[in-house]
Amino acid sequence: MTNKKNNNVPWQNPLIYLLAFSSGFCIMGIELLGGRILAPFFGSSVHIWGSIITVFMLSLSFGYLAGGKLSTKNASLNRYGLIFIFAGIAVLPVAFSSEWLMEAIFLAVEDTRYGSLLASMALFFVPTVILGMISPYSVRLLVTDKDKSGQVAGFLYFVSTLGSALGTIITSFYLVLLFEVNDIIMVFSTALIVLGVSAMIFNRVNQQKNNSNNSSITLQEAAHE
Amino acid sequence: MNKLSFTLLIGVVSALLISLGLSTKVIAKTIHSERSLYRNILVEENKGLRCLKFNVRSTKTQQSCMLVDDPQRLVFNYTKMLFSSLLINPNPERILIIGLGGGTMSNALHHIYPKATITNVEIDPAVIKVARNYFSFLENDHITAVAQDGRIFVKRESIKKQKYDWIILDAFNGDYIPEHLMTQEFLQEAKNLLSENGVLAANTFSVSDLYTYESATYKSVFGDFFNVRNSNNSNRIILASAKPLPTHDIIAARAKALSEKLLPFNVDITEISRQMISTTTTQDWPKNSPVLTDQYSPANLLNLKN
Repeated sequence: MTNKKNNNVPWQNPLIYLLAFSSGFCIMGIELLGGRILAPFFGSSVHIWGSIITVFMLSLSFGYLAGGKLSTKNASLNRYGLIFIFAGIAVLPVAFSSEWLMEAIFLAVEDTRYGSLLASMALFFVPTVILGMISPYSVRLLVTDKDKSGQVAGFLYFVSTLGSALGTIITSFYLVLLFEVNDIIMVFSTALIVLGVSAMIFNRVNQQKNNSNNSSITLQEAAHE
Repeated sequence: MNKLSFTLLIGVVSALLISLGLSTKVIAKTIHSERSLYRNILVEENKGLRCLKFNVRSTKTQQSCMLVDDPQRLVFNYTKMLFSSLLINPNPERILIIGLGGGTMSNALHHIYPKATITNVEIDPAVIKVARNYFSFLENDHITAVAQDGRIFVKRESIKKQKYDWIILDAFNGDYIPEHLMTQEFLQEAKNLLSENGVLAANTFSVSDLYTYESATYKSVFGDFFNVRNSNNSNRIILASAKPLPTHDIIAARAKALSEKLLPFNVDITEISRQMISTTTTQDWPKNSPVLTDQYSPANLLNLKN
């Protein structure tokens, strides 16, 4: 029932696609910067990328699971926005706590393979799990018709993976030339929070509209009786 | 008719291919090639000159060369220029080389200073193997090769409070120096490893925007340093020390004392001493140039632009 209502709201679906695109962009942007963040402590050997990609894939897989589960109870655009806000906050330690965290791990673990794996886990696990929740949750908000569910999911993956591709190339080709690593991370974090808040505002505004419409309808119905 | 022209075409094409193949063989014979975890490694030989290359296409990626009949003789100009370090510290006992290549520098230094301990750090185990098998890279009680990322080695040594009298930075990947070995933080870590009279020599050849960044970064860590270069090639050796730079007279005196010792290795130290230019007198990059840090180090992207 809530679904039908949601779908009547104009611009809601484009907004969800925009958010999914941005989360894809941020995930790969952060992953790419991960290599740069780890290099001073764990070098630039092949296994650094092994660690980073492993942690991102692992966290995304858990994120998909958690996001799917979460979407079964009272799915709403409001909660969707909250996921983005949490993701934005969870990204911040990548910029602010990475130094001492990596130093502690560097001192404790001699082998750079396990050192880099632990460090990627400590820095990227939580934000990437939260970002991973977005895809299944988007599907839940977008699908209204069982027959079109595959098409909707396909378009969603198209949009978010396109975001990932652009996030990778723009970060590695241009952003690192213009800004410091921490500044780029901050921009990603801010973007996620702003998008989350705007989803919640969008939701609030439309609910108020709906409520006033509904109440006028019930009044009319009452008058007819 | 059609068949005939087809066979003719095949004949012409194959003749062309064969002659092409032959002509490249005349230029240099590949005696070893392998793909390691990090790069393609090629060993080529031409007229008694054996060279190690990291990429096939580009010509500027020769990492190390050796004359097969005279392995002690240093071939590259930049390796000779590295000896300017001895004018800052004439008696190195503990030497650290980051970036092994063919190991020719390590071999030469062992002959000149048989009692010095030489530690070579090389990220790629395959390069160490090639150095042993094709470039007579020598290992004994005094000379070791460690397969590790240079940055991590320096960090670990600094925790262990190790000191080196001479640090040579000569690590290159296919393009240039790896980005995390060019930053202010890395140079500070390397500086911490220098003994009281220690000297650091870095082989660089940036001809692009990067030159400015690179120079400013070294200056920010070491203060003034020497640029060593000659007109024959684009290499620039950066010579830096934790102590103030020696005066012209001291350098001239040290060059005189060393010249006989180094001549058998094809190193004319008197000539090299004239190629040293201090940044106190000549600073050929703009003041307030940005430095490279762990936060901002797009070194390889900057090196693309000209």
